[in-house]
Amino acid sequence: MDTDTRIGGGDGRFPDTRHSAIEAARSGVAADRAVAHETIVAAYWKPVYKYIRIKWKSSNEDAKDLTQGFFLRALEKDFLDRYSAENGSFRTYLRVCLNGFLANERKASQRLKRGGGAILLALDFTTAEGELLQIDVAQDDSPDRYFAREWTRSVFEIALVGLREQCAVHGKQIHYSLFERYDLAEEDQRGTYAALAGEFGLTTVTVTNHLAWVRREFRRIVLEKLRELTVSDREFRSEARALLGAEL
Amino acid sequence: MEWLSDNVLQHLREVSEMPDPPGARYRIGEQLGRGGMGVVYRAHDSELQRDVAMKVLSIGDADAERMRREARVLARIEHPGIVPIHDVGTLEDGRVFYTMKLVRGARLDAYCRQSHSIPDLLRLFQRICEPVAFAHAQGIVHRDLKPENIMVGQFGEVLVLDWGVARVLSESELDGPVMGTKQYMAPEQSAGANAQIDGRSDVYSLGKILQFLIAAPAKPLQSIARKASAAAKDARYSSALAMSEDVGRYLDGLPVLAHPESILDRSRRVLGHNKTLVALILAYLLMRILLFLYSRT
Repeated sequence: MDTDTRIGGGDGRFPDTRHSAIEAARSGVAADRAVAHETIVAAYWKPVYKYIRIKWKSSNEDAKDLTQGFFLRALEKDFLDRYSAENGSFRTYLRVCLNGFLANERKASQRLKRGGGAILLALDFTTAEGELLQIDVAQDDSPDRYFAREWTRSVFEIALVGLREQCAVHGKQIHYSLFERYDLAEEDQRGTYAALAGEFGLTTVTVTNHLAWVRREFRRIVLEKLRELTVSDREFRSEARALLGAEL
Repeated sequence: MEWLSDNVLQHLREVSEMPDPPGARYRIGEQLGRGGMGVVYRAHDSELQRDVAMKVLSIGDADAERMRREARVLARIEHPGIVPIHDVGTLEDGRVFYTMKLVRGARLDAYCRQSHSIPDLLRLFQRICEPVAFAHAQGIVHRDLKPENIMVGQFGEVLVLDWGVARVLSESELDGPVMGTKQYMAPEQSAGANAQIDGRSDVYSLGKILQFLIAAPAKPLQSIARKASAAAKDARYSSALAMSEDVGRYLDGLPVLAHPESILDRSRRVLGHNKTLVALILAYLLMRILLFLYSRT
């Protein structure tokens, strides 16, 4: 399997700005636009690819081309300019546009004309394809629900990369290891705080405090990422509820 | 990059939302429920050594003032049918929380899935009316009465929960966004006419709750529910207490105000409510007839 190319900027660094990437992508400054495009694609390419594969039942190769084609279209200024936070979240706008794009592409069967199958964005489809094999898709999953869950997964994955870096920078590797062993473990491998305390030579209270710190950091990073991926305060709050609140 | 399974994803969402109370007083336990504005957790108060319920504003909900307002409303209406509030505060991440008595029991919708007699359900309904009437007397309208917001405790006590959208009548409120639950909401509330909302808006919801409680009600009960949930506010009972009293009349076998009776209705009601007496009289008359016939032979 290929290594993950993480097009969200190098190796998925922690975002150092809280400005909206959507707004930056609409700006006239080319450098800002380029960074913003990276941020948007990093958060959305996997949900888009998986959505095409699962909900549009496209083949692996078709889905790759369609994902590339869609993002080339989505990053054009007029596409972004048409988005208004008043009418709903950017996530919903993107999915609705994706549906329209896919319907048109199917009708015209022009996918190869776009780029002749050439790789336009460095997207690690091998990893995404491998992930698809690990997910049981519920038959009653609506397209919106499916896309929302994959988007949550994508944002969380990016946030985890940032979290690991933050922990390393602040010398909190033990905190991250505890988080990895408890919160990132499958339920049947999770164990107890007491067992972790024994394993790491800490008290149970210290384990509790360390985990509370990492969770707080994780939430902060997720919300910062979300701030980048939304335009208005209202959209940010609504998406925060969707991301961390009600069950998906 | 980490790959997250659906289970881990859900776990991360839960722990990310979990409150992190300041200091060491509260230890957070499992999530008990989720409402429109916040999430309720079981928490252990280590100072008072007791479990409490902690309601925390949802992440992304900007309405911290609404949460504080709910806490103040709860503090203002001390009644056995309203959950007492213990404490209010702010988490490190800025979310407002308050703690209240942990109620053990079943929500009314779940409680009704068990089998109960009609008189028992009607007496339960009267106990719902009591805290609502008390709140009205304090100038507070609940605005979101529904089975999901009513708890039946372990000892049959009734608690009216979730005062998050309550209106304090002395405070002016502009017409605006509709808050509440459509199915149980009075027309003036659905229209967003906040200035027109008063205790009778809750009476409307109580009428709907009565319909929910009694699947196939007798005619007088139908009339009570219909009167309570009349579209015109003036056609409803003037108060929750007046409605409760009418239900009480039905339970006592008396004519209810909401249901004008025909002679047949009245006879049926009197007979229905005095079955034993009627049976004794009939038995007595039968015995007299038999004695009369016996004496003739």
